[in-house]
Amino acid sequence: MNKILVGLKRVVDYNVRVRVRSDGSGVETDGVKMSINPFDEIALEEALRIRERGEASEVIVVSVGPTDAQQQLRTGLAMGADRAILVETKEATDPLTTARILLELVNRESPDLVIVGKQAIDQDHNQTGQMLAAIWGRPQASFASQVRFDGTKATVTREIDVGLETIEIDLPAVITADLRLNEPRYVKLPDIMKAKKKPLDILPIGDLGVTVAPALRARSFEPPAQRQKGIMVQDVGGLIGALKDKGLL
Amino acid sequence: MARILVIAEHDGGCLNPSTAKCVACALDIPNPEIHVAVFAAAGGDIATAAAKLHGVRSVIQIDNAANERPLASVLAPQVAALADGFTHVLGPSTTFGKDLMPRVAALLGVNQLSDIMSVEGEREFKRPIYAGNAIVTVEAPADVPVVATVRAASYKAVDEDNSAPVEPRSVSAELPTHTRYISTQAGSSDRPDLQTAAKVVSGGRALGSSDNFELIFKLADAMGAAVGASRAAVDAGYVPNELQVGQTGKIIAPELYLAIGISGAIQHLTGIKDAGTIVAINKDSEAPIFEVADVGLVGDLFNVVPELTEALKS
Ligand SMILES: Cc1cc2nc3c(=O)[nH]c(=O)nc-3n(C[C@H](O)[C@H](O)[C@H](O)COP(=O)(O)OP(=O)(O)OC[C@H]3O[C@@H](n4cnc5c(N)ncnc54)[C@H](O)[C@@H]3O)c2cc1C
Repeated sequence: MNKILVGLKRVVDYNVRVRVRSDGSGVETDGVKMSINPFDEIALEEALRIRERGEASEVIVVSVGPTDAQQQLRTGLAMGADRAILVETKEATDPLTTARILLELVNRESPDLVIVGKQAIDQDHNQTGQMLAAIWGRPQASFASQVRFDGTKATVTREIDVGLETIEIDLPAVITADLRLNEPRYVKLPDIMKAKKKPLDILPIGDLGVTVAPALRARSFEPPAQRQKGIMVQDVGGLIGALKDKGLL
Repeated sequence: MARILVIAEHDGGCLNPSTAKCVACALDIPNPEIHVAVFAAAGGDIATAAAKLHGVRSVIQIDNAANERPLASVLAPQVAALADGFTHVLGPSTTFGKDLMPRVAALLGVNQLSDIMSVEGEREFKRPIYAGNAIVTVEAPADVPVVATVRAASYKAVDEDNSAPVEPRSVSAELPTHTRYISTQAGSSDRPDLQTAAKVVSGGRALGSSDNFELIFKLADAMGAAVGASRAAVDAGYVPNELQVGQTGKIIAPELYLAIGISGAIQHLTGIKDAGTIVAINKDSEAPIFEVADVGLVGDLFNVVPELTEALKS
């Protein structure tokens, strides 16, 4: 395999307890810690392992996002990616527009494989990889927990509701990473220094000639219904009593 | 009028309960005319089951040997071809629907709306974001079809009191051969299904081994409950992936949920927000799970669980 393209989205860190702004205009992101979407980090780790096994020669990380997404791309370079591309946009793009941007980069770079996380933990859409595969006219292997290559084919095990499904796909293809695909490596300090010298290209979104898809409009945001704190019982007898009171036993 | 196409989920023989929940969501859209599409190799029995669902106008049965397995790249062009003339195309927010529907939406040139939790208007819906920590009301653009997945845990299955006509149909679409099914490894199914069970007993990292996880299975059996697990328990290999509950696992809405040795991380809580009653058993009285539990018991699960199992058996 020649090149692998990996999508990295900058998102609110998974440890942050996200809050809706009191005026319902959105989610509070000011001063909040930002990170690589955890599923994308797994996607990158997989690409690096494929390259380290000698099955690919180059790993390119791509982000569609704000100027600050360079931080996440630098982290990706420190993990081991060879170069990075930021498609710079002030407004967040929706999944189909993101997929169209990725397709434009696919046409320029001709990768044999694109790996992205199965979902981004901000919008939780779970769409971009499948959409890229659709408009590229190539196979998709979503929710991957194991990937093996054999020449121009890949065998992918997918986590599905009833268990595990294995499919075979022809390359090039899109794989979306699930949590158990691997455990991403930690970045070491010397790698951060080295990453500063790796190429990071910035392309303004307007230069790509991509048509923006009809957008879903967010009208308002609200916090979820809160569950009330319940009662504490002292022992098994108390637990059984409480459940009987509720008609559950 | 809204002409709604619901894509049925099935395993080749039986209709998945998620379909009846998609129909329930479709019925909330103003002036609905609901048609269910069954893509299968031989979908007769599945179509008959779908025709019983309350509120369904007709069932469209598309038999094709290529539809033996639900491969998104094979199904999507057929769904897209069939979608012509429909205002809405809905699928369940299961791994089947999440794999397929974005591919359909992209072929139709529209964004997909993920995880509808309530219908606010013909093109207005609520959906969870940030692992359920915020709910957003979204409006889909006019003049293009709404392609969406339905968060099954937000809906009750419709009744089976109908006998809608079943209409065999063929669709012309070029089907790719670049994706081939190999095998499925499914868990045993002599216990209630996690996604539809009224009672669920889940175990977490605290169980410590797959042998110890037997304690959870025994309690579940004594209660007639399904078994679930936290991600930590699945990652550690105590139980297979299909038992994971949460943001990346199953989103469930049982009447009773027991969380045993589970701390209550937000990604886990996302999966049980709609549970009727949550019971937590944890030895740490500060564990976040107690903030959402209706009934909490501070104790060592290795004492509490066997005692509870025995008490329920007698
Ligand atoms: C992107 C992302 C997605 C995720 N998706 C999911 C998901 O879908 N589902 C999910 O569950 N997690 C998910 N997680 C992981 C989640 O953040 C937590 O790490 C996980 O839920 C912790 O599992 P746990 O509660 O079993 O383990 P821990 O957090 O380690 O909790 C173990 C608990 O057991 C208690 N305990 C220990 N010994 C005993 C004993 N003898 N008796 C009683 N109690 C005891 C402890 O007090 C503790 O509260 C996700 C994380 C990320 C980053």
